[in-house]
Amino acid sequence: MRKIKVGDLIFSNVTKFFSWLVFLLLLCVLFSLFASSYPSLQKFGFHFLTSSAWDPVSGEFGALSAILGTLITSAIAIVIAVPISIGISLFIAEIAPKKTSRFVRLVIDLMAGIPSVIYGMWGLLVLAPFLSVYFQPQVSELVEEIPVLNQLFEGPPLGIGIFTAGVILSIMIIPYISSTMVEMFRTVPSVLKEAAYGIGATRLEVIKKIIIPFVRQGMIGSVMLGLGRALGETMAVTFVIGNSKHITSSLFMPGTTISATIANEFNEAQGAIYSSSLLELGIILFLISFTVLALARLFLLTRK
Amino acid sequence: MRLLLFIALLLGFTFNISAAPTITGAGSSFIAPIMYEWASNYNKETKVKINFQSIGSGAGVKQIESKIVDFGATDMPLKNEELQKHDLIQFPLVIGGIVLVTNIPNVKPGELILDARTTAMIYSGEIKKWDDKRLADLNPHLKLPSSRITVVYRADGSGTTFNFTSYLQNASEGIWKAGSGASISWPRGIIGVGGNGNEGVTSLIKRAVGSIGYVEYSYALQNKLSWSRMKNSAGTVVPLANKNEDMATAFSRALQSAAANAQWEKSPAMDILLLNQPGKESWPLTASTFVVMYKKQKDKKTASDLLHFFDFAYTKGAVMARKLNYVPMPQKTVQFIENMWAKHIKSSQDNSTLWTQ
Repeated sequence: MRKIKVGDLIFSNVTKFFSWLVFLLLLCVLFSLFASSYPSLQKFGFHFLTSSAWDPVSGEFGALSAILGTLITSAIAIVIAVPISIGISLFIAEIAPKKTSRFVRLVIDLMAGIPSVIYGMWGLLVLAPFLSVYFQPQVSELVEEIPVLNQLFEGPPLGIGIFTAGVILSIMIIPYISSTMVEMFRTVPSVLKEAAYGIGATRLEVIKKIIIPFVRQGMIGSVMLGLGRALGETMAVTFVIGNSKHITSSLFMPGTTISATIANEFNEAQGAIYSSSLLELGIILFLISFTVLALARLFLLTRK
Repeated sequence: MRLLLFIALLLGFTFNISAAPTITGAGSSFIAPIMYEWASNYNKETKVKINFQSIGSGAGVKQIESKIVDFGATDMPLKNEELQKHDLIQFPLVIGGIVLVTNIPNVKPGELILDARTTAMIYSGEIKKWDDKRLADLNPHLKLPSSRITVVYRADGSGTTFNFTSYLQNASEGIWKAGSGASISWPRGIIGVGGNGNEGVTSLIKRAVGSIGYVEYSYALQNKLSWSRMKNSAGTVVPLANKNEDMATAFSRALQSAAANAQWEKSPAMDILLLNQPGKESWPLTASTFVVMYKKQKDKKTASDLLHFFDFAYTKGAVMARKLNYVPMPQKTVQFIENMWAKHIKSSQDNSTLWTQ
């Protein structure tokens, strides 16, 4: 009896130690990021966030184009991925017969398992040429006369750029958003749904009036989880975003993201200011992702 | 019992590794293919293992300066002051070239002619269309379309970008103002896209009609890209192919000519770029990769093995280099480098010379 208790005590302390270790690691990462980006923090200060200069030759750095690229590509990804994911997860959870639903679920899980570099290659070799021939010229022509929109969709049809990166990201986050949503839809008590069907509600009405309101907050949480993944995605984005530091009004033009910039330039970054600027970019990404994930947790926790 | 066996196996394994001497190096991805070829052949001959990590020139320099590896390889030579600060020695190992490749309908490999000025104008957005008069003047034999030029560059920091931008800076008579480096801030006036590595640049060029980009010449040759001839500092359009000569041979002659005209001996750090060298046949975008190592070597055996490996690369390795579309160093330069080894590379224990033929 006593022996078991001792073992128990050791075991619980070991698990406690491991959990604190993770927290400690997080602090260490943050600390070393701050410490090694000190030269850039000191030299550029707040200006780093608002300047779009990125000139390794003269040592002038600013994060604006990378921050904008990160936010815009993620926004595009969310706009495309959320409706599709809602559709997929409603189909799996509510509409499809059991066998079909299990199969679709399997396909979605497989999609989540594909390494991002594969998505990147597919994006560059298949999606980009497709968009440059069958999507960009048509869209550009369509909105030619409409103000604002024509600025947003102008430029040569390269097939490479912020828009393509957003599309790739949306494909990558669909599995994440849909599988968390399926779990959520399954938490809706069947009594509620059956009651609604009992009083003659159609399927659409049940979904709109019972299921969605029941899980609304959780849905926002799962969208945030998807967003968190889109913000930090590196490999797939570098392949298709075109890696240009110039800020343009058009979504069809090349841009860059924080993670793409770091991945591309860190190896060859020479001099203290250059590498510390890249590390400061890392801090910014860290903070953005941290905020998004914290919000996601908050929404998921306060779910009724 | 089983645990003991496992430990014994593990120990045996580690001992096995340490039994064969391993030399480590890191740096330039430009020379990685030939480095692997040399290393595997040298290993067959001498049982000495050379482990080269192609992590990029800048990272290679960082690793040698923090003494993680035995030698670094860089496309961007270090300045003499920096070498002296760390007590390092630097010498070129092998020569390669950079070519401009384009995607213009009906323009075949070797047809388009460019020079430093027009290339700089294209990359700064001063020339925006292919039918620009300045391009037409260089290419009276071609009918160039009036399509917009898309400029492709390397998105990752790269020695190729360093050499290319240095060429624009040195040879364009002030047209190029963006400076030179492994990655630079590309001028605002261009429609520019960045690709990752030679492959990334190539696939972007194949994608976009009217695009131009720069890649390593061996890469362009192997992939049959539509490369351009260049007008060099002597005013000749190179490479010049003799009758019945294939392009690879003509190219390697043009690269050799640039290397032969370089004044290595005159610069103590050997930090000479082979760009825009004089000589009627010289290819203007010639580049070389430099080895960086410490003058004072702790381990006599390792250092001597390493120097013999480089000697192997210069002599027997020359054939392998040619096969992979690199150009070996000229004989007189090799002589100069090996004399330099004898003079400067010493053991840190007894100050004895480590290089003997």
